[in-house]
Formats: sequence, C-alpha cells, structure tokens
Amino acid sequence: MADVLQQVVSGIASGGVYALLALALVLIYRSTGVLNFAQGEMAMFSTFICWELLDRGVPYWGAFFLTLAISFVGGVLIERLVIHSVSRSQALTVVTVTIGLLILLNGAAAWIWKGEQRTLENPFPSDTFEVGGVVIAAQDLGIIGVSLAIVLVLWAFFQRTRVGLALRAAALNPESSRLHGVRVSRMLALGWGLAAVLGAVAGILVAPTQGSFDQNLMLPVLIFAFAAAVLGGLDSPIGAVVGGVVLGVVLNLVGAYIDFFADLRLPAALLLILGILLLRPNGLFGRSVVRRV
Amino acid sequence: MTAGRFALRVIGFALFVAIVVYLPFRISDFRASEFALIGIYFIAILGLNVLTGYTGVISLGHGAFMALGAYTTAILVADHGMRDLWTIPLAGLLAAAAGAAFGLPALRLSGPYLALATFGIAVATPIVIKKFDGLTGGSGGINLFEAEGITGLPEFIVTLPGGKVLSFNDWLYYLTWTFALALFAIAWAIHHSRFGRSLRAIRDNEIAASASGIWLASHKTLAFSISAFYAGVAGSLLAISAFSVQPGAFPVDRSIALLVGLAVGGLGSLAPLAAGAAFLVFLPQWAQDISKAPGVPAVIYGAVLIALMILLPLGVGGLLRRIMGPLTSRLYPRS
Repeated sequence: MADVLQQVVSGIASGGVYALLALALVLIYRSTGVLNFAQGEMAMFSTFICWELLDRGVPYWGAFFLTLAISFVGGVLIERLVIHSVSRSQALTVVTVTIGLLILLNGAAAWIWKGEQRTLENPFPSDTFEVGGVVIAAQDLGIIGVSLAIVLVLWAFFQRTRVGLALRAAALNPESSRLHGVRVSRMLALGWGLAAVLGAVAGILVAPTQGSFDQNLMLPVLIFAFAAAVLGGLDSPIGAVVGGVVLGVVLNLVGAYIDFFADLRLPAALLLILGILLLRPNGLFGRSVVRRV
Repeated sequence: MTAGRFALRVIGFALFVAIVVYLPFRISDFRASEFALIGIYFIAILGLNVLTGYTGVISLGHGAFMALGAYTTAILVADHGMRDLWTIPLAGLLAAAAGAAFGLPALRLSGPYLALATFGIAVATPIVIKKFDGLTGGSGGINLFEAEGITGLPEFIVTLPGGKVLSFNDWLYYLTWTFALALFAIAWAIHHSRFGRSLRAIRDNEIAASASGIWLASHKTLAFSISAFYAGVAGSLLAISAFSVQPGAFPVDRSIALLVGLAVGGLGSLAPLAAGAAFLVFLPQWAQDISKAPGVPAVIYGAVLIALMILLPLGVGGLLRRIMGPLTSRLYPRS
C-alpha cells in the first residue's frame, strides 16, 4: 500500500507540471479558440532564458522571476506580432501558424544554445523524508507546492480582480464586452502573456527532474498537457488542473504495475482519454455548447 | 455546372496531366525522385482535404493511416510474396476500414477534441509499431530490397524511342503520379457530387444540414474513411519507393506536415494542393541550402511558414482564386 501511495505522490508531482501547461493551453483556448501547439516550445524557450540568467550569475529566485517577466512580454509580443494578424482567418490557418511557431522556437533554441545538453539548477533540496512508510522527495513536494500556489494566484486573479473579470468577459462574449468598454484585443494579448508565464514555470520545474535538457525538453510534456486539457475539458481551468494531476497519477500507476504497458504508458493513457471522451465528449468538466441556428 | 465551365476544367486537367507526363524529360534523375515524393504527399493531402476541407474536421493523425498503408504493403510483399503493385489498393482499403472504425466513434467529438484525439493516434503510432515487433520488425522495420514482389528495381532502366532513358526514379515518379492523378480525378468527382455538396453543407452549418435530411454520422464517417484510404495509398507508395518501412518514418511530425501542406495548398481547393506538397519537399531543402548550422533551417522553415500564412491565409488555392476570379468570371455566368 505504501508503495502505491509513493507512486501516487510522484504522480501528483509530474501531474502538477502537466496541469500548469494544460492550464496555459486552456487559457489560450478559452480566449482565442486556438489550440496553441507552440505552448511547449514557448515554455522550453523560457527555461533556456532562466538557464542563461543563472549562468550569468543571477541568484536563483531573481532569475526565476525575471524569466517570468521576460516570458510575459514574449507571450504578449507573439500575440501582437503573429497571432493577431491571422486571428480572423479559418482555424486551420491559425493552427498552422502555431505549428510554425513551434518549429521556429525549437530551431531558435538549438541555434542560440547550440543544441547542447544543459543542466538547470534545482531550487529544492534533494532530501527525502518518510511519512507513514511513504518516502517523499522534497523536490516532489516543492513542485506540488509551486504548482498549487500558481493555480491559487491565478484563481484569485480571475475571480477577484477587475482585469481578471475583463479577461473572462472578453473570452466569453467579445462583442458584449467590447460594448461595455473592455479592450478585447488587449485582453487576448494579456491571455497569451499569462499563458507564457505558466509555461515558463512548468519548464523551470520540469527541467531539473530530467537531469539535463535540450531544445526538445517540452515536446513530450506538451503531449501530456494536451491530453490533460482534453481530459478535463478544454474550456475548464479546474478541469485542466484535475486532468493534469489525474493523468500524472494514472501514468505512474499504469507504468509501475501493468507490465504490458511499461513501455506503452503514453498510448495507454491516450486510449484511456479517448474512452472517457466517448462517454463525455466535452471532457470531465467542460460545458456542452448549446448552438442556435 | 455550365458546359463552358466544365470544358475549362477538362482542359485544365488535360494540361495538368500533360505537364506531369512531360516533366521527367526535363528534370534530372534526382529531381524525379523528389517529384515522386511530392506525388505521394499530394495524394495524402488530397485525402486530408476530403475530411478537413469539406467537413471542417481537423485531423492530426493521418500519418498513422500512412503508416498502416506502408506496413500493409511491406508485410504483404516481404512475408507473403505478393507483388507490390497489388498491395497498393489493399493498403488503401485497410486504411479506409481503420478510418471508418476510428471515425465512427470519434466523430462524436467536436472539433478541437477530435483534433487532439487524432493527435493521440499519431503520437502512439511509432510506439505501438515498435511494441508489436513480431509483425512489424520492431524499430528496425522491414526491408524490401531482397523481396520477390518488387516491380521497380534500382537497376531498372528503359530507353525510350526518343533517346530518353527512363531510370528507376522515373519509374517511381510515373507510378506515384498515376495514382495521384487518378485519385485527383476521384477527389474532383467527389467535390462535384451530391455527397461532396452534402459534406460542405455539414461544414457550413451542421444543424441546417441535418435538418435538410443529411445523415451526419454516415457522411462524416465516410469522409473519414475516404481520407484514410488516400493516406493508406500514399503510405503504400512511400514503402515501395523507400524499399523499407521503419517506425521512425512515421513520427508525429509526418501527420503535422500533412496538415501544413494542406494549409499552404489551400483548404478546399484541389490542384493547388500540389503546391502544398511541393512546399513540404522543397522548403526544408532550401532552408538547408541557406545554412546548415544547428537550428537555422528550422528557424527559416518556421518563419517562412508563418509569413506565408499571414500573407496567404487561404493558401495558394486562395491566391489563385483571387487572381483567376476576375479573369474567368466573364467566360460563364456565376451560378
């Protein structure tokens, strides 16, 4: 039993990272209706920026928050310069642009940082401690704690501030919000900025757990984040968090206890999600859309 | 369709065929192999267009159907001694069956959920292929170099009466483009059939289409199945032209590339999709020619793709429609 609990705890930790990236995807999907395929690469790029700052001697938390600020600006700029100019086009065009961004950012990181393996400093101690027979790594707890804190801050921002309210209004009904004086276009840019920040946190948390990383750090995480977002419902932030954590735990348990799936963790998880989607086509927490003709 | 418009289309198609037939006489052997690859992508993109262009469903998983087609051909040729040409339609049919089997339940999902479900299929494909190594040869794949049933051999050379030497790559070129042109004609027929109009009605307004008596489930499933057929044929041709199949040949990137080709060619158009296929083959090479430094070709590729989408949001097809519209609208009355 303790063994199972241990798998669950480390599953929650990796699930927390999926949840952050899934939350970023949901943020953009809700406001612009776009699946952002570049989300993972934006996060990877932020991680490299953090590495660069640390390499130049900036203290850890200084580098951390500076990276978040740079990422925010980067996200806003991507929306303003690229996404905005195709926002009126068909879905396929916008999706293709985000695929172009994915390729561009991946290449740019390989170019700037020479495609070499880098090691990101771990902010958490490498201790482990035992609670009732379950060995818990401080790093896992740290990741869970940071993810939780980010989710709470974001929740407070959306529910308790005027800007958060405007963001939600712009996503829900752009026409009416515009009539009420919300600058919808600015809200979209703000949404991209916030998504970039979420991605940056996910990247900075996940990079030390991998030992070393290069420009392909976030591709697998992006796939899990997509799966998590779909599982929870693409328009539901709570769904993204729950989906991420559930996915992390299930992947860990399936990989650890069912031998046949040991190297089929990913397809098994995707199959599971497909099954859930067939029962609930809008994810666990998504709303079904009522359409009028 | 008016008679004048139909005649114009027939002339256009005849011109297209003439160019395809004549091209190997003008280009080098190496270029012929590249154009064969363009033909293969063209087929897959035409198929994807039946799904995405007409029903509005974005699929990120058509690389999986290509893989299915490729492995069908490879297994039939290598293990069962079948002639490679006969496996091409079989590969298409098997992919079509798989497309129907996947499409029937999955089409319950709405746009983005379906896109990500198909994305899941694409992600899982190479892993699953490696897992069932008894059938698929694992990560090494299947080699067809020594197989009996291969029709075109690398030493294949025929001298035509005009003095033109038909090389192995020319053979591949004509093989793929024969299928490409036939499937192009079928796509055109679908476009102008009652079925094609029903599909476009679904894309434009699902509820109105259903109220007009279109059975959504059957139409969407059939569209999915047809597009999978195209992908299966393309995969089969890929296996024949490469003499081998490996799981590494079908990464997620392949599925994404098809979608990129479709967007560049122009969603809902037909002949311009060949431009999308050419983009997929030539742009990476062109980017490599500019600089081989790590990452730089990808930067160029991504930047060109983004710029192209901003400048031509409807792809090459959209551009052509804009140019040709004023020119041809006087030939026949707009219906």
